Amino acid sequence: MPDLSANLAGIKSPNPFWLASAPPANSGYQVMKAFDQGWGGAVWKTLGVPVVNVSSRYGGVHYRDSRLIGFNNIELITDRPLKDNLREIEEVKKHFPDHAVIASLMVETKEQWIQIVKDVQNAGSDGIELNFGCPHGMCERGMGSAVGQEPTVLKTIVGWVMEAATIPVIVKLSPNISHIEEPAMAAQEGGGNAVSLINTIQSIVGVDLDSLAPYPIVDGRGTNGGYCGPAVKPIALNMVKNLGLLKGFNLPISGIGGIENWRDAVEHILLGATNVQVCTAVMHYGFGIIREMLPGLESYMTEKGFNTIDEMVGKALPNVGTWETLNLKYDVKAKINEEKCIGCQICYTACEDGAHQAIGLPENGDNRVPYIIEDNCVGCNLCSLVCPVEDCITMERKDDGSETVTWEERTANNDIPTTFNDERAGGIHHWVPEPAAALKK
Amino acid sequence: MAEYKQPTSKQEFEENFSQIKPLMNKTEAYYESSRCLFCYDAPCIKACPTGIDIPLFIRQINSDSSIGAAKTIYDSNWFGNACGKVCPTEVLCEGACVYNHQNVKPIDIGRLQNYATNQAIEQNKKLFEVGESNGKKVAIIGAGPAGISCACELRTMGFEVDIFEAKDHPSGLTVYGVAPYKITNEDALAEMKYLQEQLGFNIKYNNPVNADDIKKLEQNYDAIFVGIGLGSTSVLGIGGEDLEGCTGAVEFIEELRMKHQDVKVGNKVIVLGGGNTAMDAASESCRLGSEDVILAYRRSKEEMGAYDFEYDLAKSVGTKGLFNVSPVEIVGNGKVSGVKFIRTQTNNGKLEEIAGSEFVEDCDMVIKSTGQSKQKDFLSNINGLEMDEKGRIKVNEENYQTTNPKYFAGGDAVNGGAEVVNGAYEGKVAAFGIQIYTSKN
Ligand SMILES: Cc1cc2nc3c(=O)[nH]c(=O)nc-3n(C[C@H](O)[C@H](O)[C@H](O)COP(=O)(O)OP(=O)(O)OC[C@H]3O[C@@H](n4cnc5c(N)ncnc54)[C@H](O)[C@@H]3O)c2cc1C
Ligand SMILES: Cc1cc2nc3c(=O)[nH]c(=O)nc-3n(C[C@H](O)[C@H](O)[C@H](O)COP(=O)(O)O)c2cc1C
Ligand code: SF4
Repeated sequence: MPDLSANLAGIKSPNPFWLASAPPANSGYQVMKAFDQGWGGAVWKTLGVPVVNVSSRYGGVHYRDSRLIGFNNIELITDRPLKDNLREIEEVKKHFPDHAVIASLMVETKEQWIQIVKDVQNAGSDGIELNFGCPHGMCERGMGSAVGQEPTVLKTIVGWVMEAATIPVIVKLSPNISHIEEPAMAAQEGGGNAVSLINTIQSIVGVDLDSLAPYPIVDGRGTNGGYCGPAVKPIALNMVKNLGLLKGFNLPISGIGGIENWRDAVEHILLGATNVQVCTAVMHYGFGIIREMLPGLESYMTEKGFNTIDEMVGKALPNVGTWETLNLKYDVKAKINEEKCIGCQICYTACEDGAHQAIGLPENGDNRVPYIIEDNCVGCNLCSLVCPVEDCITMERKDDGSETVTWEERTANNDIPTTFNDERAGGIHHWVPEPAAALKK
Repeated sequence: MAEYKQPTSKQEFEENFSQIKPLMNKTEAYYESSRCLFCYDAPCIKACPTGIDIPLFIRQINSDSSIGAAKTIYDSNWFGNACGKVCPTEVLCEGACVYNHQNVKPIDIGRLQNYATNQAIEQNKKLFEVGESNGKKVAIIGAGPAGISCACELRTMGFEVDIFEAKDHPSGLTVYGVAPYKITNEDALAEMKYLQEQLGFNIKYNNPVNADDIKKLEQNYDAIFVGIGLGSTSVLGIGGEDLEGCTGAVEFIEELRMKHQDVKVGNKVIVLGGGNTAMDAASESCRLGSEDVILAYRRSKEEMGAYDFEYDLAKSVGTKGLFNVSPVEIVGNGKVSGVKFIRTQTNNGKLEEIAGSEFVEDCDMVIKSTGQSKQKDFLSNINGLEMDEKGRIKVNEENYQTTNPKYFAGGDAVNGGAEVVNGAYEGKVAAFGIQIYTSKN
């Protein structure tokens, strides 16, 4: 049986699943309940000088019949007094000495940072997370993502914290930045022990067409909030991968963003995360989702022969590179399984209007199964992505695998298009219909 | 209205008796599992007699861990696959689905359950371990749902288990009684084989336990579980029951399950009764090609014991209802030629015959579906084993122990005739009772 325990920069937990700093980790009651149900750790709702929140705090993105594929909030850090939180942290640690309790912190002055670090250490926290990510409300006050977006400020504050810290310090990064590498490096230079990412992404999830205000609406007005949930996973994965590949960056990563089931967690881990944190999925479905995550992770590890989480960390990274390193000779073409096709012809219209006119329809109107015009197919995958039938459109490899040529190599060989009408253009001999053929189709 | 020709080949039989809950494909399972809301304190779990964690297994299917889903199912119910097909889900889990309150189709729980367990069975995934031997032996009488479930659970606890079965297949009425369009013989037996290979209980077939064997069992085993189900169709006590062409429903169905298309039905069949077995017998007669199938019931349509959906199913294949008629005599000369009925009415809740209203309804086959007898004669051989006034074995519902402490019992013999899922539950609970009982002795 694989060992599910995780160790992030010395913070140990029985499994890699932590609650992210957010409402599910707002109180001792919730954290205890989560641990009782199987969660391995919790990053406490960010502590600091308690705030006053607005009422009407969340907005959601529903897509067709799926609710909350994206989630947005305009909440701030904790609105509860520090002493109550400290007392509850102490109590949780008494009941669950082997689970990880991490105190998330956000304050302004050096004095406050040093004081609060000492306070949470005294309460028995296993680690500290610095919230440099909140993209609304707190950043206007010079905290949260305002720090996350200024690597030098970030580094200075990490330095202050490290002066007082006796337990591992995680720096939580904001994705509201062009190069995640910069704050990550600053965290390392400041002496931090790990990074976690991503915090929420600045967003507006929608506008009420009647009252003309953005959601969530607070007495007729709104503001930009922080976006999270399943929709942000691709952005989070990319940023985790960026740090996983970053040369000279050695801090372990706690992956956050859009994690809802064991597969999402494994993806984060394969791209370099040592453990994962979850917020929206718990806010949607409750702590009980851990019942799906633990056995799912365990059976995946068993099946793939991973004995520990560490063995999995970053295992996909060797297969990730820059675009220039991809094989230009690799050639796939779509293939439609006629038996499986249900005749929706969505692939036809997708390719016809949105790609390369490489799908044809049979003359006989009774037969609704489209066919691929191989010469025109560029192997973009679009048809297979829109097809509603599992394994109906597959992408088949056409080259024999013997040749590899990359853009890097072609550049080195001076074999790349350089003028506007260069004969070496990728699409030069590719058939495109005459414009007039489009009319009345 | 569907019309069925008499099936003459295996293929025609399978067409006439095609599965009403066919196996889902991956796409279907993915779409359907996506619809599950993951309700808190889910009503479907409460409505399942074995309390399967339904939202969890559906979530596991959705995250592509069907084997994990199968484990969740089998953790609660050893007849996970059979139950997915044969349970009256309309009145159990699916009937409780909250979507019903919204007039949205409830989640197809039964078929999702089949989807997951079918994969475990097909891939012969070993999900359970035999417990470390505790040196104790248990004899089980009857290899029906109750007996097999008890055996499986006992094996995980480390008991030696010998099952004595009168017939030559396991699973009891699942293979001998349930309608063939709900579950095929192959599927019923495949699950039994899967469980037996994993858990290694012994089944001694063609081994009816009789009065003389009982003493031996008591000497050789630490405890005995009685899962003998019910007996043959009860006698009506009217004239003509022994005419050729008059048969009991359970006997008719058993022959159908074993001989399929080789069973012949009459051109015009009268089924006597208003329970689920009567509905099955009527449906089955239609599907065997009978031209006219009449379901005759003593009281009104509304008073039938059968589930509405079972009557609807029988009607949909051509069964006609004849209500408020009581059989007086089965008429015929050597062979059945009709049934003499008297009309009835309900007066102040009491059923009365209407004097002078007798009539004969012609037919060439009569299927009596008027209940199964209890196995009182056999049970009276067990010392101190008490039955209630209806011939049901008395048990303590916490551990299914009978009034003879060495004997435990479950299934139809205890509940008087319920569903496969009830037998599966009771057999499992009895195993825990046996564990406690044998550890004290
Ligand atoms: C016609 C019919 C249709 C049904 N349809 C459904 C349905 O669609 N869905 C559903 O959930 N339920 C259905 N049921 C009910 C369900 O089949 C039973 O509730 C269930 O099988 C009971 O399980 P059991 O283990 O108690 O008994 P059984 O399944 O009856 O098994 C008892 C076993 O004990 C053996 N046995 C009996 N006496 C002895 C002896 N002295 N020595 C050795 N072996 C012995 C029998 O041969 C049998 O194999 C149906 C029942 C009938 C009759
Ligand atoms: C309502 C809400 C409040 C949050 N509050 C905090 C916070 O106080 N501190 C913090 O570091 N992150 C906070 N977050 C961000 C989450 O911890 C997490 O980084 C983000 O939601 C992405 O993860 P997810 O996709 O699993 O939700 C909050 C998120 C939400 C939805
Ligand atoms: S989730 Fe709870 S706190 Fe939020 S609006 Fe609903 S009832 Fe109020």
